[in-house]
Amino acid sequence: MSFLIPEVGWDLIVEIFLKFLLLSLLATGGALSLAPAMHKYLVVEKGLLTDAQFIGSIALAQSAPGPNVLFVTVLGWQAAGFWGAVAMTVGCLIPSAVLAVYAGRKIVSNPHSVWMRGLREGLAPVAIGLIFATAIVLLKPWITEWRVWLLTIASISVAYFTRLAPIYLIAVGAAIGAFGFLNP
Amino acid sequence: MAVQAFGGVLPLAERIIVLEKKWLSQKEFVEMMAVSQAIPGPNIVNLSLMLGDRFQGWRGAFASAMGCLSIPVVLVSILTLLFQTVSEHEITKGALLGMGAVSIGIVTAMGIRLLKSQAEFKLGWLALIGTVLAVGMMGMSLPMTILVFGLPAIGVRILQLRRAQSASRRDTTS
Repeated sequence: MSFLIPEVGWDLIVEIFLKFLLLSLLATGGALSLAPAMHKYLVVEKGLLTDAQFIGSIALAQSAPGPNVLFVTVLGWQAAGFWGAVAMTVGCLIPSAVLAVYAGRKIVSNPHSVWMRGLREGLAPVAIGLIFATAIVLLKPWITEWRVWLLTIASISVAYFTRLAPIYLIAVGAAIGAFGFLNP
Repeated sequence: MAVQAFGGVLPLAERIIVLEKKWLSQKEFVEMMAVSQAIPGPNIVNLSLMLGDRFQGWRGAFASAMGCLSIPVVLVSILTLLFQTVSEHEITKGALLGMGAVSIGIVTAMGIRLLKSQAEFKLGWLALIGTVLAVGMMGMSLPMTILVFGLPAIGVRILQLRRAQSASRRDTTS
């Protein structure tokens, strides 16, 4: 049962849990809008993950079925093993779960009030901005690798103009990478 | 349900909840969706929590969220562990980078598609572009981003909506 003892120490697990608890309250447009903040914490500040592992986590989560929020689980596994995955996933889900049930009971009566619409529509531009910021933050380490850029731009156009399921695109990306076409 | 849903659960959720099981009417679904988007957290999990809560209270909410997450969590964990055992291999590294580049492309395309929803709220573009630059280029933290761009945008939007509302009220009375 060696996996029950965290590889990185309980202090860090608790710290990660609290950090993700707080971040989750600020997730304005789905879990992916947290990616820049998580990248800053896990890669830049703590050094628990490399840029390549971070980008790989998002890719792995998108290639498995289920809600996008599960990229947090993959990040947790890679950063700090089993307990990292538990801390990050649970930390990310609890605050919004409590809010969702509470909001479901109180606000459902009038979701189109000026206040609720203002909140939703006011945060929307920030949420969309965070999506583009995620792309910039994650691609920055590969700024000199034109092949990676080319692949990203190609997949933006295919994903935008076709209704192809993401899994096929990701499979093509995996094949291109595996044959070494992205190596400098 | 979640197991069938590659690349986002929402369209599938709508079909099953509204059309097949008839748990909610189309209107109720859209309203619940609106609330689940307004509160923080993953939309689909929020939605399933609210749906479960409506029928069975806390226990229903818990069961519903577990139903949405348990199998995918196990699947994604197995996938991660499999990849970790071969992660030092050059082929795996290349494949992951390729998958990552494509994933970022897919996410960006989603962002571009969402831009259409911003046609009406012109001032929102300031917050949008500001967020991209501040977070993407200068690494601004999330609390700061909400404070600097989110709150003003909410304030402006509420004012705009109130003005529109009172204007339309005046039209109907005159």
